[in-house]
Amino acid sequence: MNRMSGVSAVLRKELTIYFATPIFYLMGFFFLLVEGFLFFFVYFTYFQNATFQAAQNPQVAALVNPFQTVFRSFFEDLGFILLLVTPLLTMRLLAEEKRSGTAELLFTYPLADWAVLGGKFLAAFLVYATFVLLTFVYPGIFAFVTRMDWGQLAAGYLGVLFLGSACLALGLFASSLTENQIIAAITGFALLLLFWLIGVPQDLGSSYGNFLAALSLREHLPNLARGVIETKDLVFYLCFTYFFLFLTKRQLESRRWRA
Amino acid sequence: MDLMVEVQELTKYYGATLAISRLNFQVAKGEIVGFLGPNGAGKTTTLKILAGFMPPTSGTARINGYDCLRDSLALRRSLGYLPETVPLYPDLTVSQFLRFAARAKGVEAREETREVQRVMAACSLKEVEHTLIASLSKGFRQRVGLAQALLGRPPLLILDEPTIGLDPAQIVEIRQLIKELSGDHTVVLSSHILPEVSQLCQRVIIINHGQIVASDTPENLSRQLSRGSRLSLEVRGPGAEVLSALKGVFGVREVVSQGESRYLVEAREDQELGPELARLVVQRGWDLLKLQPQEFTLEEVFLNLVTEEET
Repeated sequence: MNRMSGVSAVLRKELTIYFATPIFYLMGFFFLLVEGFLFFFVYFTYFQNATFQAAQNPQVAALVNPFQTVFRSFFEDLGFILLLVTPLLTMRLLAEEKRSGTAELLFTYPLADWAVLGGKFLAAFLVYATFVLLTFVYPGIFAFVTRMDWGQLAAGYLGVLFLGSACLALGLFASSLTENQIIAAITGFALLLLFWLIGVPQDLGSSYGNFLAALSLREHLPNLARGVIETKDLVFYLCFTYFFLFLTKRQLESRRWRA
Repeated sequence: MDLMVEVQELTKYYGATLAISRLNFQVAKGEIVGFLGPNGAGKTTTLKILAGFMPPTSGTARINGYDCLRDSLALRRSLGYLPETVPLYPDLTVSQFLRFAARAKGVEAREETREVQRVMAACSLKEVEHTLIASLSKGFRQRVGLAQALLGRPPLLILDEPTIGLDPAQIVEIRQLIKELSGDHTVVLSSHILPEVSQLCQRVIIINHGQIVASDTPENLSRQLSRGSRLSLEVRGPGAEVLSALKGVFGVREVVSQGESRYLVEAREDQELGPELARLVVQRGWDLLKLQPQEFTLEEVFLNLVTEEET
């Protein structure tokens, strides 16, 4: 048997459920609404003001690149908003299988644990990527009014996708801990916020601040958001993803040796 | 004899609670075996372990030669499992779900459609093919559960309470279906309904408080456990005297007084007691009102075993 067919079976099942339930559409709607608001009332206004000032004052123009500033906040804000979206995408994945008893089917099918996890993670990631790519409408609108820095845009999207994979892995882990979707979501939110804010002590000059900041989901985004692709940032997100998928797999296995 | 299921000293604790204790049994290829026992006896636990869903605390279970701990994937590839609660994905349609199950069970992509069609036909699911599982009746859900177990033609079917919660017509249908399946598969099913087990199964394993109390064909069980015949007797006469006189008859194993002037006499193996008892009653000058042989039903055997265990 093809080893990947198990992953693709789970992937297809999860995608079917995502697209069959209203959560996906509802979240997509509100997500785009918020992004649209930010774009029109915040970024676009800022961009207009900044370009206006730059036109008035050549010194400012030399210092500030309005496009870069706007898209830097765009990606950083997008990262945070998606942080709030991911636990809602992952909360169902394992908790619901356990609550409804379908885990009994899933884990008596000849599927390796990693195939089940891989399929579920990929499904959540594809849905997440769909949301992310839908926001491309807004930079697309910018392309009509200014010269685009497509490189910065690509780096920013890359960063947000990597950040998402880290958040989804953590959310999947939270979902493996409980039978209750709400508890899975709350745990996911709490842990994600913790890892988002963990860099704050650095700003306050705390002695272990640098160490904590290195673990922060947020601290690895700004470079990418302004168009600088650094390996350490991508590697951090990959390690974060791997670590939580690993914990989830261990959590699944524990049902075999526990009790 | 080729063995499909081999269980040795199987024990399972949930925390400190003992669910099953040192079970030993075997199921030969092609056999239909029924697990019988009251609720909470350990049937479901045993089947969950056999299906590879959870490990035993100690002991071993092998299916088709695969160990439930070491060769879990291969073991799961050899069986189709219908859990007791028939868990299904409510957001999928019947055919979406069966396609998922087929792929998950390793059915080849080009066989998938044919295989799904085959099990839908076998379980009469054609008419609900594109219906959401959420809106199916209990009977259809049960059939979907059975259909997914059949995907990939596993040599062993494990069916936990396959007819529970169905209406009488559906029960007959599902039983018929299981009977038809038994040609190609070894079947292990559980039930707490006796007639079901005695109709479907070649062998019954009675389990109570996590232990096997008996294991035999339904016929043998009722014969062996009734250990000779029973007579129901109604005699008008002095109670205590009648009772002791009846007990004194050669070949009587046990006399139970069942209220005024009614007695249940149990014979030792193959003793014909009727004429002897009638003669005794007449000789003493009492009135013989009724003398009737009684059969043990499987139900009584079961209750006997289960209550014996408890005392």
